[in-house]
Amino acid sequence: MSKVTLQNITKRFAQVTALKDVTFTVENNEFFVLLGPTGAGKTTTLRVLSGLEKQDEGHIIFDDQEMDGVSPAERDTAIVFQEYSLYPTMSVFDNLAFPLRAPIRHRSESEIKQRVEQVAKTLQISHLLPRKTAKLSGGEMQRVSIGRAIVRQPRVFLMDEPLSNLDAKMREALRVELQHLQKEQGITTIFVTHDQIEALTMADRIGVLNQGRLIQIGSPVDIYDRPATTFVAQLIGTPRITLVQAEREDGSFHLVDSTVRLIVPETLESVLPISFQFGIRSEDIQLENAETGHFGGEVILAEPLGTLTITHIKSGEQTLICSQPGISNLKLGDTVHFNLNIERAHYFSLDGARIN
Amino acid sequence: MATIELRKVEKVFGSLPAVLPMDLTVQDGEFVSLLGPSGCGKTTTLRMISGLEAVSGGQILLNGRDVTFAHPSARDIAYVFQFYALYTHMTAWENIAFPLQAQQLDGEEVRKRVAEVAEMLKISHLLKLRPGSLSGGDQQRVALARALVRRPAAFLMDEPLGALDADFREQMRAEIKRLHIRLHATSVYVTHDQVEAMAMADRIVVMSNAAVQQIGTPSDVYYEPANLFVANFIGSPGMNLVKGKSVDGVVQLPGDHRLSVPDSWKSALAHQLGNDGVVVVGFRPEAGELVADGDVTGEVYAVDMNGSDSLLYLTLVDKTIIRIRVDRSVKAPIGTVANIRIDPKYLRFFNAETEAALKREA
Repeated sequence: MSKVTLQNITKRFAQVTALKDVTFTVENNEFFVLLGPTGAGKTTTLRVLSGLEKQDEGHIIFDDQEMDGVSPAERDTAIVFQEYSLYPTMSVFDNLAFPLRAPIRHRSESEIKQRVEQVAKTLQISHLLPRKTAKLSGGEMQRVSIGRAIVRQPRVFLMDEPLSNLDAKMREALRVELQHLQKEQGITTIFVTHDQIEALTMADRIGVLNQGRLIQIGSPVDIYDRPATTFVAQLIGTPRITLVQAEREDGSFHLVDSTVRLIVPETLESVLPISFQFGIRSEDIQLENAETGHFGGEVILAEPLGTLTITHIKSGEQTLICSQPGISNLKLGDTVHFNLNIERAHYFSLDGARIN
Repeated sequence: MATIELRKVEKVFGSLPAVLPMDLTVQDGEFVSLLGPSGCGKTTTLRMISGLEAVSGGQILLNGRDVTFAHPSARDIAYVFQFYALYTHMTAWENIAFPLQAQQLDGEEVRKRVAEVAEMLKISHLLKLRPGSLSGGDQQRVALARALVRRPAAFLMDEPLGALDADFREQMRAEIKRLHIRLHATSVYVTHDQVEAMAMADRIVVMSNAAVQQIGTPSDVYYEPANLFVANFIGSPGMNLVKGKSVDGVVQLPGDHRLSVPDSWKSALAHQLGNDGVVVVGFRPEAGELVADGDVTGEVYAVDMNGSDSLLYLTLVDKTIIRIRVDRSVKAPIGTVANIRIDPKYLRFFNAETEAALKREA
């Protein structure tokens, strides 16, 4: 297993700059998730890492060894894609054994058998070994693809949205399995996704990419609690964070077109501009009774998801999105009172940068 | 405005039942969701309501009128597809106006209605554009506008949000629901996404294997699932389901744990199980709590930070995995032992053989 470093990587395709001066290091045994929307440069990063694509500027370093001139095969990375790329006419066993049978690896059949069986057991697919892969379900096929990637113990494990084609229940099950497997086996893993839930739940650290630039790197808690920009704040967390324009008057500020007025936190007194954006996550808006709630509004939508209910509250012309545990009895048009957990609020400049 | 009534409606393809005989009444102004995994029969049911698919048996009534064999165009129902299905060579305005022009309404009336519906969906500024230059969400809004402009008696929607990004889906979900609240049009909405069904529907019809599993409000299907399928399918993650054995008013759980049963369930456990007393105990992730000495013991398998809270995954001695919602600050290394207490108020019980939920007996 290896430590992986990208140093000032820039990659251009004709007129388009796919990656712009991207630098980060993934520690040995770390589960690193690259998160971003379509076209952010996530897949390009993986392709540059594996050597399938050559960067225009910068260096790729595994441990202390520069990889720039090294062929994909010699880099010894393993990739799992969104589409299962299995050999349909071969059995699961032969699919798993395939990478080990490559001439450069010089493995005996008995060694191969032992390793395949061990990996199959870890992924709970031992019972599928004799079957043809064409007969498997999506979840089973993706397990085999993962098995084929880890069977030869690569230096680095690269995964490109491997769960995106699975249904919700299977995605959840495989997500937890992958996370468990990675921790147990200690494989340096770089996992690419557009799904913020996958990033939050699996990553040791997340790198947020947008339009070829790395916007923020941090632990899931860091990124959730201290998003560097409004882009990150909106990308992470469901339901979506409420972002509202605010205006400051000396020691207090109010949310534009609403009745919500708050005190400027002491720590921000010298840095908070006249106009800024105020962000608050749904769980930091608490419903209260008429005596304890400082602010009022009207329920314009209630979404009872089960474990929580998302309530859309109209305050003046603004809509605040709030969540409470369980299925609430609130109805459309109900008047509600609420407080904001101001210690957990977020402040951004009008161009989207976090104000600390 | 309309009521839709299905009486023993069924569909058979060759010898394969696609929809087993089902009864359902959608009230005037109600939003009903048909929910289930792919292949469960939900889309076939919707297509039978619209008339795009002939029934193999049973009757469909619209406002009390039998439309079982009526042509789709004679049913006064609008159908919104999973795919945008817009005409790419026409502008948004032309797309929306198309159904009215097909009805040969006069030009003034067409302009008035298109303007009105565009205003409602906030797409007035996009009317001159072709679908190719619109975002996915705006294309979906145009498709909705085209369905709305006819002022149909009822709306049938087949996964209209399926093609959108997760983030955008959340926004459109709220928009469609707000529109429904405003128009109060009878709606039947097909989805495989239980979050969508829970968030939007007045009532949910849960389907699996061509059969209706349960019809109920979001609260019904979440707190009182009719069987193991519904218990697992609703919720993300689904209900924890642990196999045990009922003996003299106590349920024995894996690992020699004895779960004391609330009095309200005692007679159900005595009467509604097989002779072997095997029972499946169900509880939602938020009904479990980490304690020193609990009802269940497991080994930590994974911890998932979800943002505002975490999910703790535990493996029990019988290899069942259960999930518990815990505070984000909980640190539980993989492989360590954790004890869980289950809030007795949220315990549910199922017959292991029939998979049906037990019913409390008075």
